[in-house]
Amino acid sequence: MTLVRISDDALAVALGADELADAFAKAGCTVERVSSWGMHWLEPLVEMGGMGFGPVKAGDVAAILDGTSAKAIGKIEDHAFIAGQQRLTFARAGRTRPLSLDDYAATGGWAGLDRARAMSAEDVVAEVIESGLRGRGGAGFPAGIKWRTVLEAKRAEKYVVCNADEGDSGTFADRMLMEGDPFQLIEGMAIAAHAVGAQQGYIYVRSEYPHAIAKLEAAIALAAAKIAPFTLEVRVGAGAYVCGEETSLLNSIEGKRGEVRAKPPLPALEGLFGCPTVVNNVLTLAAIPHIMTEGGSGLYAQLGIDRSKGTMPIQLAGNIKHGGLYETAFGITLDALVNQIGGGTASGRPVKAVQVGGPLGAYVPPSQFHLPFDYEAYAKADALIGHGGISVFDDTADMGAMARFAFEFCAAESCGKCTPCRIGSTRGVELVDRIRSGGKVMADAVEALPQMHNARKAGRSREEELTLLEDLCETMQSASLCALGGFTPYPVMSALKHWPEDFGGEA
Amino acid sequence: MGATELDRIIAAHAGRKGALLPMLHDIQHAFGCVDAAAERAIAEALNLSRAEVHGVVSFYHDFTPAPDPRPVVELCRAEACKARGVEALVDAAEAAAGERVNLKPVYCLGLCSMGPSARVRGKLYAGLDEAELVNLVKSA
Repeated sequence: MTLVRISDDALAVALGADELADAFAKAGCTVERVSSWGMHWLEPLVEMGGMGFGPVKAGDVAAILDGTSAKAIGKIEDHAFIAGQQRLTFARAGRTRPLSLDDYAATGGWAGLDRARAMSAEDVVAEVIESGLRGRGGAGFPAGIKWRTVLEAKRAEKYVVCNADEGDSGTFADRMLMEGDPFQLIEGMAIAAHAVGAQQGYIYVRSEYPHAIAKLEAAIALAAAKIAPFTLEVRVGAGAYVCGEETSLLNSIEGKRGEVRAKPPLPALEGLFGCPTVVNNVLTLAAIPHIMTEGGSGLYAQLGIDRSKGTMPIQLAGNIKHGGLYETAFGITLDALVNQIGGGTASGRPVKAVQVGGPLGAYVPPSQFHLPFDYEAYAKADALIGHGGISVFDDTADMGAMARFAFEFCAAESCGKCTPCRIGSTRGVELVDRIRSGGKVMADAVEALPQMHNARKAGRSREEELTLLEDLCETMQSASLCALGGFTPYPVMSALKHWPEDFGGEA
Repeated sequence: MGATELDRIIAAHAGRKGALLPMLHDIQHAFGCVDAAAERAIAEALNLSRAEVHGVVSFYHDFTPAPDPRPVVELCRAEACKARGVEALVDAAEAAAGERVNLKPVYCLGLCSMGPSARVRGKLYAGLDEAELVNLVKSA
């Protein structure tokens, strides 16, 4: 019987993988559902004896089985997109069945946990520090230092929380990992629990990811005996983007409004239910099992550049020809990612901008495509790598409209706790509208009121509105409680700086 | 709202730490909304004020105060799908939806490399063109 392997990742399913699997089964094949290789433009990708075919439609089944299909891409492992990567976190992608404990154990699963449990908590934390692993959620805080703080906190009750509220547009690595290799995340959390002395863990997943939730719940049930006495529970978000911020995520698990908490106290000292808590992103925790294998932390620390160590699962998204998951050591340039690996835009038009790091990331013009993928290099260029998502836009994109959307999104998703974010975002939408229409002619109704002593009664020129926008962005950046208000100025100001013509100005 | 079903859901979660969100999800799923009566019952069970419960219900997009019997088509309107041209499809989709279908924007389904994407009754669709999206809306 012919064995056919097809991914059951949500993206493959959205492109018809389930119907395709049925078609192969009807043709007499044994169909194995595996994780996705991450070559999204080839999904649904069919594997037979290591050879790949994609993107496959139900009508292609007969030709694939009799060896005449024009969809053949050769040996999957040797495909340039896969061969060029250095996969540590996604080492199993495409190769294993997500919920098979046998597949997991056969590919090195649980080796990190077994080794860590034979070590003292202090030694485990020391190795995580040595690896140089930094938080993959966006802030880039050293994971080992956070763990040490929780380990040293003198409380009996501690928690490990996985932030799987992957709300950033252009990112899907957390989703792919949870759907494709859930045991690796569970193993990473069990190691974290051992390292800091926690008894209970939570994975907070956004409600937009039902496939990931189902996989995680099944995987937790299967792995419960292995990770005991540590226990793990999935908590489902409720559509609030801001709950990806760690303190509002903790409030949400506690059953409260997802409002941001002021820091200090740090969650590491007073986190979930007031107890010391490790909060790490999916990719951070999923990197741990590899780091904890023999020699893993040393290898990890050798990869990357400067203070950005190890590998980053980069997500190629938006208007890109070859979109998908590309895990590689830090230091790669946008030019390599977008133009070489990604093959340029899907539309075939010139690249105008890429947004790196999700809705709160800066728009980077092709003139800066030489930037190395590195936390500090991006910060220096007024940009951020965030969660490693890259959304490509072609020359039809209206960057003024994208700047307006950044404010609009912030206004819709603001938790409302701090003024710069709650009110600044709405004022920002109005300002961008006025700038794009050439500046305000008259004072508005509120400004004209006699009570508004300090408001200007005359209208502002376009230049004055631009100064006001810069002021507003500066205020939001430095006075917001969290990254939602604090980083919304990145897409706005980068769009204005690099594409002033899209704001009605001169190029 | 069926009182017994509501009581059953509340009782199933009441002992848990951080019970409110799981409880609200189950109620929304069972009744299509979390109404005032449900808020009162939850407040009673968790020893909260009704204002506290309402504050949580109204904070999250997933919970609604009244049921909407219309079929829902969730269309991703976030950056990556915008880059792939979703905005150009919106007028046609809205025209097809009319008053009959709830065409709801969603900010990211995580299918960002192959947008525009949508979700109808739990089923995901990616790489949509105008005709496919209009068909989805019409058959919703």
